[in-house]
Amino acid sequence: MRLPSWISQHLAALRAVLVFTVILGIAYPFVMFGIAQIPGLHDKANGSIITTADGKEVGSGLIGQSFTDADGKPVLTYFQSRPSAAGDGYDPTSTAASNLGPESIEDVLPVPGAVDDEGNPDAGTQSLLTQVCARSLEIGAREGVSGARQFCTTDGVGAVLRVFRAQGLTGAVTRAVSVNQDCPATPFLASYEGVTVECGKPGEDYSGGVLTAIRGDAPADSPVPADAVSASGSGLDPQISPAYAQLQVNRVARERGADPAAVRKLVDENTLGRSLGFMGEPGVNVLKLNLALDRELPAR
Amino acid sequence: MSMTVAGVLFIVSLLAALAVAYRYFGDYMYRVVVGARHSLAERGIYKILRVNPEGEQSWKAYAGSLLAFSAISLLFLYALLRLQHVLWPNPNFPGVTDHVAWNTAVSFVANTNWQAYSGESTMTHLSQMAGLAVQNFVSASVGVAVAVALVRGFARRKSGTLGNFWVDLTRITLRIMLPVAVVATVALVIGGVVQNFSGGHDVTTLTGGTQTITGGPVASQEVIKELGTNGGGFMNANSAHPFENPTPWTNWIQLFLILLIPVSMPRVFGRMVGQNRQGYAILAVMGILAIASIGLTNVFEIAGNGTVPHAIGAAMEGKEIRFGVSDSASFGAITTLTSTGAVNSFHDSYTSLGGMMPMINMMLGEVAPGGVGAGLYGMLVLAVITVFVAGLMVGRTPEYLGKKIGAREIKFASIYFLITPATVLTGVAAAMATKNHTTMLNVGPHGFSEVLYAFTSAANNNGSAFAGITVNTGWWDTALGFAMLLGRFLPIIMVLGLAGSLAAQQPVPESKGTLPTHRPLFVGMLVGVTVVLVALTFLPALALGPLAEGL
Repeated sequence: MRLPSWISQHLAALRAVLVFTVILGIAYPFVMFGIAQIPGLHDKANGSIITTADGKEVGSGLIGQSFTDADGKPVLTYFQSRPSAAGDGYDPTSTAASNLGPESIEDVLPVPGAVDDEGNPDAGTQSLLTQVCARSLEIGAREGVSGARQFCTTDGVGAVLRVFRAQGLTGAVTRAVSVNQDCPATPFLASYEGVTVECGKPGEDYSGGVLTAIRGDAPADSPVPADAVSASGSGLDPQISPAYAQLQVNRVARERGADPAAVRKLVDENTLGRSLGFMGEPGVNVLKLNLALDRELPAR
Repeated sequence: MSMTVAGVLFIVSLLAALAVAYRYFGDYMYRVVVGARHSLAERGIYKILRVNPEGEQSWKAYAGSLLAFSAISLLFLYALLRLQHVLWPNPNFPGVTDHVAWNTAVSFVANTNWQAYSGESTMTHLSQMAGLAVQNFVSASVGVAVAVALVRGFARRKSGTLGNFWVDLTRITLRIMLPVAVVATVALVIGGVVQNFSGGHDVTTLTGGTQTITGGPVASQEVIKELGTNGGGFMNANSAHPFENPTPWTNWIQLFLILLIPVSMPRVFGRMVGQNRQGYAILAVMGILAIASIGLTNVFEIAGNGTVPHAIGAAMEGKEIRFGVSDSASFGAITTLTSTGAVNSFHDSYTSLGGMMPMINMMLGEVAPGGVGAGLYGMLVLAVITVFVAGLMVGRTPEYLGKKIGAREIKFASIYFLITPATVLTGVAAAMATKNHTTMLNVGPHGFSEVLYAFTSAANNNGSAFAGITVNTGWWDTALGFAMLLGRFLPIIMVLGLAGSLAAQQPVPESKGTLPTHRPLFVGMLVGVTVVLVALTFLPALALGPLAEGL
């Protein structure tokens, strides 16, 4: 019996899908798995797991982790990783970036007493700018340098005004609100074009004003480096920049009672330069560095 | 060495390697698609398929086989995803929900690899390797096959046939995709990409926390994700994930794999039509657009304009230390110039103008150099339109490679060109009108950019995401699924129709009035037509999004 051609066409297609699934979907990955298990490749194919001298697995040499205690506070004897947007931080089962844009500058302030659908207190939403400012302030305090940044207030939120003008977009300023500073905070600017700046009231609609970020007088390059205040793409970045590592050397040395020069030497040993001298950027593997610290300069 | 110098060297070294590949890999691909001999394995496959490898197909039969194969692939993948929990429960995930399975099945069959799911928490290893990775291979081969069929249309004279779809599919998969994938997998494992079947492995971190080290057959899937310009990552973080892309040099290899086939396709074209200079002309157009775009993306990202990048001090949000700003920007540009859609940094957090570049790249129709096969056939359609425009200017009958571009040809070409913008703009309008845009993460113009980016990416079969927006709702999954389906298969039908009508013609001899299509004049006109067509179509939409935000 001869099948109509459109049916035989689809039967050929079905057979093709099955044949290719066997070749490309089963045989190919298993053969590659077999090749990847030869000595030299085996450890890498299985996740570059790092074990301590006493045989304990502490993580992967390629995956970053948080060096924080049970309360989420940084453990000061260790170098700290970058901020992470993966789950609660460095969670490989939910890798992610923040995905917040370059003009994410206005917070939604938490309304006191309000609850969300699940009955939790309203936490508001922090803009990327405020997150950056808060991180900078915290890291500056931890490392003993100024955490001041452009477009940030001294209390660590985005320095952003909603400016109301007489004719909407133009005309004299009638009102200015520092929208990220929750009342009764003192606004970072006393007055804007002659008008007294108000603090932000949670839940109030300021959308009629023009969003205006204020640069302020902080220097353009802060002692707290860029990677220290920004989250990575994967949320699992195993590295920090050499500059951020240098910033942490004195604090780590002090907390461990060690010589800063010895700590600096370990930083250098765990710094990976550009591949072939021109690909990518140099970075310091934080887990390997901290393991080296525990091995060679144990905390006293 | 400064960051800028290193970034320039990174791009120059890639271009140098591709120049070599154009010549030698291009010639290899040419021999694969025109060769008369079938290998033993291939003859075995034709026997199982019960197809006659010597049987030539008309354009309608070729399209019929292609659509049948894609339809069965779609159903098979959908079923696999829905039933993954009863098949091989490692890791132990439930079946994929109906709208996500539909969206994902269309996405991978259409070579888009838009991902409405997060790989490490949705897909079992079996779904990844036997479902998604298989489509990464064959959907790419389908693209190359269509391009080859179109070139046969130019090369053949008074012919009713375009080749045999099953032979093209099998040869391209087994002789081009698979060997490169095997070699590249070993290279990536050397760099640290994982290749195992672990369902997740708990370790106790240095400070006493628990971390699950995920696993899977990542390396074998990673290479075809790039080589087939697919882009769908094993993990949610895609090529930013250290287990997918652990070092700056694996980053270079991934970009080389992405560009390898698209850049070599014009060579196949030149060889098949018997004039290598025609291939060089097409390559020149692709190169001019690509280098301009990669350069501009780097300039915008390194300048780091915008409130938050200024506060941070560099556009480092969403970028990894090991790649830095420059190699991240190059990756963002190249993955959108091709139809890859992989990311090693997150475009939503790019500067406003830096984030606009990936969008413009996709709007160009991904022809510089474009997806595997799709880039060449897209560029050849634009070349046909250019010849037509030039013909109108001087009042002569337009012809390309001796084939007359008449009413029938220009109908196929213009419908091809109109499908994608119509899909994108209708989709965006529908999302805004039905209030489905409210799932966007950012507000204002940036939120609009997220919606525009989503439809641009889907209809152009890129799969790259301005990832902030939440798209795993029923509406978004369904709408983007249709956008991907229309954006892939309607243009393919138009291309095959065009090929059929070209193949049937007897070439006309070159005359004094013929516009030479290998000279700088034509290269310049083709660049111009590409840019002007895009600008006229998308400028109003761009003005509401990234331009409003960045200027």
